[in-house]
Amino acid sequence: MSVDLMAELSDTLILAAVLAYLAAMIGFALELAYGKARAEKPAAVPVAVGGGPAEEAKAADAEQTPGTPGWAVTAGRLGVLLAWLGCLANLAALVLRGLAVGRWPWGNLYEFVVAITFAAVAAFLVTQLRYNVKVLGTFVMVTATLGLGASVKFFYTAAGPVMPALNSYWIAIHVTAAIVASGLFIVAAVAGILYLVRGDGVSRLPARADLERIAHRAIVLAFPIWTFAVIAGALWADKAWGRYWGWDPKEVWAFITWVAYAAYLHARVTAGWRGKSATIVQLLAFACLLFNLIGVNLFLGGLHSYAGV
Amino acid sequence: MAIDEMAKREASSPKGLGVVGWLRWGWRTLTSMKTALILLFLFALASIPGSLVPQRGVEPEKVAQIYQNDPGLAEWYERFSLFDVFSSPWFAAIYLLLFTSLIGCIIPRTLTFARELRRKPPAAPRNLARLPYHAELDGELTTEEAARRLRKLRFRVQTGDGWVAAEKGYLREAGNLMFHVSLLGLLVAVALGSLYGYRGNVLVVEGDGFANTVATYDRFIPGSQVNAESLEPFWFTLKDFQAVYSQNGQELDYSAFLRVNDAFDYELKVNEPLEINGTQTYLLGHGYAPIIKITDGKGNVVVDRPVPCLITDKGTLLSECVVKAPDAQPSQLGIALLFLPTDDGQGGSQFPAAVDPKLRVVAAFTGDLGARAGIPQSVYQIASPEVMRKLKGIVMGAKAPAPLAVGGSYELPEGAGKIEFTGVKKWMTLQIAYDPGRLPAFVASALAVLGIVLSLMIRRRRVFVRVADGRAVAGGLTRTEGSAAGFEAEFADIVKVLSDGDRDVR
Repeated sequence: MSVDLMAELSDTLILAAVLAYLAAMIGFALELAYGKARAEKPAAVPVAVGGGPAEEAKAADAEQTPGTPGWAVTAGRLGVLLAWLGCLANLAALVLRGLAVGRWPWGNLYEFVVAITFAAVAAFLVTQLRYNVKVLGTFVMVTATLGLGASVKFFYTAAGPVMPALNSYWIAIHVTAAIVASGLFIVAAVAGILYLVRGDGVSRLPARADLERIAHRAIVLAFPIWTFAVIAGALWADKAWGRYWGWDPKEVWAFITWVAYAAYLHARVTAGWRGKSATIVQLLAFACLLFNLIGVNLFLGGLHSYAGV
Repeated sequence: MAIDEMAKREASSPKGLGVVGWLRWGWRTLTSMKTALILLFLFALASIPGSLVPQRGVEPEKVAQIYQNDPGLAEWYERFSLFDVFSSPWFAAIYLLLFTSLIGCIIPRTLTFARELRRKPPAAPRNLARLPYHAELDGELTTEEAARRLRKLRFRVQTGDGWVAAEKGYLREAGNLMFHVSLLGLLVAVALGSLYGYRGNVLVVEGDGFANTVATYDRFIPGSQVNAESLEPFWFTLKDFQAVYSQNGQELDYSAFLRVNDAFDYELKVNEPLEINGTQTYLLGHGYAPIIKITDGKGNVVVDRPVPCLITDKGTLLSECVVKAPDAQPSQLGIALLFLPTDDGQGGSQFPAAVDPKLRVVAAFTGDLGARAGIPQSVYQIASPEVMRKLKGIVMGAKAPAPLAVGGSYELPEGAGKIEFTGVKKWMTLQIAYDPGRLPAFVASALAVLGIVLSLMIRRRRVFVRVADGRAVAGGLTRTEGSAAGFEAEFADIVKVLSDGDRDVR
């Protein structure tokens, strides 16, 4: 396959992924909308994001089914399938872009957002394999559709080489870690928003305790990865810019994000901060993360500006 | 700072206490989790202006710009150290309080942890069925055998009359403490770097050299404990500079070929600094320096050197520069120039490589440039606006000549002299940095990552076995708040090992 063809195919696959995510969102939403409402229950079923007994997940699954019409369950299953298809198209688009340009496919804001969207959807789907977190589907798909849509609409950069400073093996370490951590933080944020939207009463959304546990597990996993991403960035900066830390706007916001998520982890073990307050802290931290990933490039500039943005 | 400790601290009220009581109350408040949380928020919040207001250490030119455009605002910024947020007293106040709070938290926790390490696991509860996880064990099992099997699973084990208590996961607290101590270490490393380190910037033209002394730097930022002798002695010359561009003008790669200490050659590239005894030399940027020769009205050569031009368009490396001849006769000369690496025929540049280099004389002035007034001057500006008003423009606007090719020359009007464009050289900008805190900072952050992984991924858990009347029961619980997930599977494995013994050790 020629290089141009691969680049073109990559762009087409992105559009296919957007459509698949959109359709998956509708599937998930149908199941959610016509599913049975549940009362807030005490934290009996530990739902987790990585490691834990599978029987509990099955129990949760069975619990959801009664009262839901058969076609709605089918719509939900179709949603999962479409999400997988979209995720595969997303991954294929990344791989093809990488092959077309002969480097790691996260050298500019467009490629970066595409990669983060993939990471978020993959984090959700891998979790879904073992635990029933289907209720998050609608909201993860909304985020993914918006992410990919925005990357195509606002940040699109044609396939091409990157500036010499980015031609380093550090891009594979530093940026990949940032992408993986961001994907997990997105899943946590989706759970956090649902936590706030859901009241304490009867709702179709999962119990607050479950939502909180999903968010906590995702952040517990993502926080060390984010820490590593920041440190890898410092190591790269030490190689490229002559200092390991120089308070460049991106560095400032990476630091703020780190402190904010650290505050969340502390809030969770502080009396009077658990639950709602901790969730708000988590979402504030997520806002910092979003601003760091995208806002800094759009509004502040600095050394992390590549290919125009 | 466990939760029960928290409650204890909050319960003690400061009413009617003496000085010691107040001090104790102050210390308790400072080291409480709530205060730590608030300090963490403040820490994040206080960093924000550092990304919104230009920082002196990062973008000094933008700070100067604010001083020029809005002196009133600049003065207010200065009053609150907003140009130096990260070295400001109020920022220091926040992190020093935070780290004091951290120390106040680490010390008692370390002591508690040390006691726990020496203590044996507590006795098994009477009724193991009440524990969150419990199971009947198959087969004959004695307390000795259960203890042996649990030890094999690397539990700390304590046995009693008909019971076994085992505990595991001490690394969680060890990791947590290590993480927080590493953060203190990181702070010390950063402080070390800012006291004993230095960094400086310098522009070097092809053919020229650099020697590491304070005077050769264009900009030098030393730490407070740095003196002239602290600088590592080394020198190099820039023999050649090469940049590669793609067909559409995107920069692909660039290298500076150095001869270091007259001893060895080094190809300096971005991401590949030159290190000499811990002092690093980094390649930051590059541009063009056309070689300009100026003969004055009386026939004397007053300028004959490469003149570094500042880049005005990153895509095409269109650059501007100024050449001044304060020794020219009959009158001093100041000439503003544009350098076009590849002439596009319309007065601009179409490609960043020097394929068809041209030099445009944009404006020329005669008169007193004020070079002898003793006021420092920029080499990228003919003169200050006040002096400019008194100069006489001899070439301006439409009177400007067509761009000169290499070897071309232009006779200035009014017998002021002649300017020749004799060749093109390249320049590079370097950052030279010495930071003794680099390695300690790296070690501290690596330990911090290891610590945080241990502390977030490991569970503290206890397993008990009771044997009575030939019946064995196991119970387990995990102490880790929030994430009991995964323990059920592990408990099932432990039960299996206790039941089957060595036959199927998973």
